[in-house]
Amino acid sequence: MPNVLSVKNLRKAYGAKLAVDDVTFDVHKNEVVGLLGPNGAGKTTTINMILGVLEPTSGTVAIEGLDISTHRSQALKLTNFAAVYAPLPGNLTVFQNLRIFGMIYGVKDLQERINNLLDELDLQRFRDTKCGALSSGEQTRVSLAKALLNHPHLLLLDEPTASLDPATAQEIRIKIREFVQNGPTGALWTSHNMYEVEEVCDRVLFLSRGRMLLEGDPKTLPHEHGKATLEELFISVAREALTPQSEPLS
Amino acid sequence: MNVQRMGAITLRHFYLMRGSVSRVLPLFVWVAVDMVLWGFISKYLNSVTQGHNFTPVFLGAVLLWDFFARVMQGVTTAFFEDVWSRNFLNIFASPLSVTEYLGGLVLSSLVTSSVGLIIMLLLATSVFGLSFFVYGILLGPFLLTLFLFGISLGIFASAIVLRFGPAAEWFIWPIPALLSPFAGVFYPLSILPDWMRFIGRLLPPAYVFEGMRTILAGGEAAWVPLLWATGLATVYIGLAYRFFLATYKHAVRSGLIARYSAETLS
Repeated sequence: MPNVLSVKNLRKAYGAKLAVDDVTFDVHKNEVVGLLGPNGAGKTTTINMILGVLEPTSGTVAIEGLDISTHRSQALKLTNFAAVYAPLPGNLTVFQNLRIFGMIYGVKDLQERINNLLDELDLQRFRDTKCGALSSGEQTRVSLAKALLNHPHLLLLDEPTASLDPATAQEIRIKIREFVQNGPTGALWTSHNMYEVEEVCDRVLFLSRGRMLLEGDPKTLPHEHGKATLEELFISVAREALTPQSEPLS
Repeated sequence: MNVQRMGAITLRHFYLMRGSVSRVLPLFVWVAVDMVLWGFISKYLNSVTQGHNFTPVFLGAVLLWDFFARVMQGVTTAFFEDVWSRNFLNIFASPLSVTEYLGGLVLSSLVTSSVGLIIMLLLATSVFGLSFFVYGILLGPFLLTLFLFGISLGIFASAIVLRFGPAAEWFIWPIPALLSPFAGVFYPLSILPDWMRFIGRLLPPAYVFEGMRTILAGGEAAWVPLLWATGLATVYIGLAYRFFLATYKHAVRSGLIARYSAETLS
């Protein structure tokens, strides 16, 4: 499968502190990759570097072969993201926000695309409601609508279901999986919900202290490391990370 | 450069204005207050001095200065909208380039400052009888120079806020008031002490107001200083753009864009 994202030897240092340390991975077309790790592991730092809002100290990020440092605009036109810490402006309506970002991403047949997304994400009744007046779950769905607007080849989702009720979260997971499977898209997904990760992700990457510790199939990885569940493995990795001078798990 | 992306930034500002009285009123309330205040001051001075018409001197000067201030604030206010709504991540993690973003802010300012200008022109002409024919053909270059300088200061001020965080916006609002004594809005530069005059000569508006007074005193239209001022304002736009770009690159290198609400990362 062709890569939609290639991250090579990515490193970010703040003075002497390494936030991300020599991380290398790919995301393929029609694949959902889970980026897992305890708080402060470097997940969001990695996503920020992929999005071009944080310059790596060294290493490269290429989206569909386009280096983000030299072809930023073209690469980001093929990318989109949703994150709980980046809500859309609350003083604009759902439609206004989607129209503005649709124009920025150069979406063709924008009105039709917005209408389809409003239907798909059950947002039609909020079309003319200001985003700031929506519940956090509704705002998350609007952020997802924005993230899907441009049919991105690379979809970055930082805890996309964190503020959704279980039923809505499941619907969203199904929709995103369908979106990834039926288009030219690959997705990088962060979550602390290991049940969700098992359900959605084809592959997971464990980050801790900025380093990649593990990579594999979320369904088989726990057993390969002597753990019953992904959650157990996560806890084990997170605790390992708290031990000074810990070596990557084999 | 993609015009549609620039248009998106301007459209965003239009949406915000359309739905908000508190954004629309400042477009013309303060300039209207200035027109009324200086209109009556000019009227009073006309009544106590024989044969002098202060209306084009004072009211015209205030109108031109307010236009410059509105242009600058048109850029900074459109930028502040992204600061206030914590929208940097959505904006800067998109295909929008810095040039397109600044272009969108400038377009927004062009629209909002034009509204203010029209209101001022209507008030000044209909209530206080100010005729803009007295400035002749130079009115166009006057407005162009002030517009360009307002844009350059607006971009520079936005870069300051990008660098120092949301609280730095309070450095920005008084900038026109701080510059006005040096720009000779109401008096010739010749009455200023040397050091102030030196600063004044670096400010394009100073040439506009000197030119305006020369015309009102019956002198020849001075094109060369005005062309110099327009050129200077254009150079300032280039410098302000470079400064914004450098500030943006620093913010991307340091991680400030992604954590802007922290103001500094130290």
